Amino acid sequence: MRDVAIIGIGQTPVDEHWTTSLRHLALDAGLKALKDANLERVEAVYVGNMLSGTTTGQEHLGGLVVDFLGMAGTEAMKIEAACASGAAAVRVGMMAVASGMSDLVLAMGVEKMTDTVGQQTTAALAMAADAEYEVSQGVTFVTLNGLLMQRYMYEYGWERKDFANFVINAHANGKHNPNAMFQKEISQAAYERSPMISSPVGLFDASPICDGAAAVVLAPMEYAHTLSPAPVRIKASAVATSPLAVHSRKDPLALEAARISAQRAYEQAEIEPDDLDFFELHDAFTIMAALSLEATGFAERGQAVRMALDGEITLDGRIPVSTMGGLKSRGHPVGATGVYQIVESVLQLRGLAGETQLPNARLGMAQNIGGSGATIITHILEAMG
Amino acid sequence: MGVKVAHNWRLRGQRYRLEGEVCDHCGSTIFPPRDICPECHQPAKTEHTLSGRGEVYTYSTVQNAPEGFEQYVPYTVALVKLEEGPMITAQLTDVAPDDVEIGMPVEMVTRRLRVQGDEGTISYGYKFRPVLQRA
Repeated sequence: MRDVAIIGIGQTPVDEHWTTSLRHLALDAGLKALKDANLERVEAVYVGNMLSGTTTGQEHLGGLVVDFLGMAGTEAMKIEAACASGAAAVRVGMMAVASGMSDLVLAMGVEKMTDTVGQQTTAALAMAADAEYEVSQGVTFVTLNGLLMQRYMYEYGWERKDFANFVINAHANGKHNPNAMFQKEISQAAYERSPMISSPVGLFDASPICDGAAAVVLAPMEYAHTLSPAPVRIKASAVATSPLAVHSRKDPLALEAARISAQRAYEQAEIEPDDLDFFELHDAFTIMAALSLEATGFAERGQAVRMALDGEITLDGRIPVSTMGGLKSRGHPVGATGVYQIVESVLQLRGLAGETQLPNARLGMAQNIGGSGATIITHILEAMG
Repeated sequence: MGVKVAHNWRLRGQRYRLEGEVCDHCGSTIFPPRDICPECHQPAKTEHTLSGRGEVYTYSTVQNAPEGFEQYVPYTVALVKLEEGPMITAQLTDVAPDDVEIGMPVEMVTRRLRVQGDEGTISYGYKFRPVLQRA
C-alpha cells in the first residue's frame, strides 16, 4: 500500500443556494479543487451524497458530475453512507490511490437540501435510521438525538444550558469562516431561549439544513511534493460500524463506532489523542459533540460537557474543535460535510485558516458520523509542507 | 415516502403482537427478529412473543415532525427497555409529555400510528402507556 496525500482542495460556501443546482454545486467545488492541484483531469471521481434521489430526483451522480466536469469517460461513482457519505468518498478515493489502481483521484461530497420543504427534508434525513422500527414511530434525526441527550442528562446530572459552549465555540470560530453559513456569534442567553424541536434538543443544539459541496484531490505521497507546495498526508483512515437503530445498541451513549474507528486511526497513525493539534468533530447536535469527545478518548464518560464548560475545546484550549465553525455554524449539507471537515483540516495544516488559524498545527483529526452513529469514519491528517 | 400495503402486512406480527425470537444457544430474547443472535452470533429463529411490559429508558417530545406525522404534534417517543431485555423505540400514549419520567413502568397497547390521507393506508401498531393499576 502507498501513502496518500491531499494535493488540492475546493469548497462552495455553505448556504441556501436557491439559484444553484446540485450539479453546479458539485462542479464549483470540483473545479476549485482541480485548480488548487494544478490539474485538468484525474483518473477517477468519487461523489459522496446521501439524499439526491429524494430531495432532487437525481441519482447516478457519478455519471452526472463527471460529465459536467468535462471528464466523461473517466471512472466515477456515487458513494453513500448517510451523513458520513463525504468521508466515505474520501476513503474510497484513498483506497484507489493507496492500492495503486489510480494515481490521481477527485473525491467530493455534495448535498442539495433546500429543494424540498422542511418536513420533506426531515423525513428524507430520517432514512438514515431504521425505517421499519424507528422511523415508523414518527422519529426524526432530532428525536434520536433528543433520546440520547435526555438519557445523558439523567445519567450524568447535566442541564441543557450546560451544553451551550459547544454552540458558542462553533459560532465564535465560524464567524471568521467566509464559507460558513452562519458567520455570527451566539450567546448563552440566545442558546437557552431557542425553541424545542424534539426535547431536550432545541433549535440551537442542531446544525442547519443547507446546500454545499467540497472536494479534495488525492495523489500518491511519493510524488505529491512535485504537484503541490504543501501536500497533506492522510496518516490514518478508518471506518467502524454500530447497530443501525439506537435501540439495538447495548450502550446507546457509548458511540461505539466512534471509539473503534478512532482507535483504529490512532493505531495506524501511531499517535495518542493528546498528540493531535485539533479535532474537526461531527457536531450535528450538541450531544453528538459530547459523545464524540468521550468516544475518541478526550473525556471520561459523562465529562465532555465539563470540558466545554472549562474552555478546553476553544482555539487556545486543550483540543480545539470546530475550528472553522463545525457543522453548527459552517453548516451540515449532510453528504458533503465529511469533505468540508477534511478541507478545513487541510487549511489549518497549510496555515491558511485565517483568523482561526492554530499556531503550528501539524496533526489534525476529522470524524464524520453517519446516521445516529451506525457508520463513523475517522481521518488523521499531517502537514508535510 | 408513504408506507405501502405490503410493508404494513409483512410487519403485522411485530406491530400487533411484538413477535420476536429467542436464541436456543444463549437464551437471549430478540426484538425485532433478525435470525442471528446479537449476543452470541449463533442462528436464532425460534419465535417468541414478548410480554409488552417494560420501563422508559429515555424519551423525547417531538415539536417538529417529519412529513406524515405533522398532525400528531406534540407526541412523545421513548426507548422502552422491555422486561425480557431488548429495547424498543415507540410512542407513548395516554400520558401528558410533562408527566413522562425515566424509569416509568409502561405496557404495550395497539393504536393507530399514522393515517395517510383519504386514499392511503391507516397504519396500526404498538405504542406504550403507563401501566394501569388493576383492582
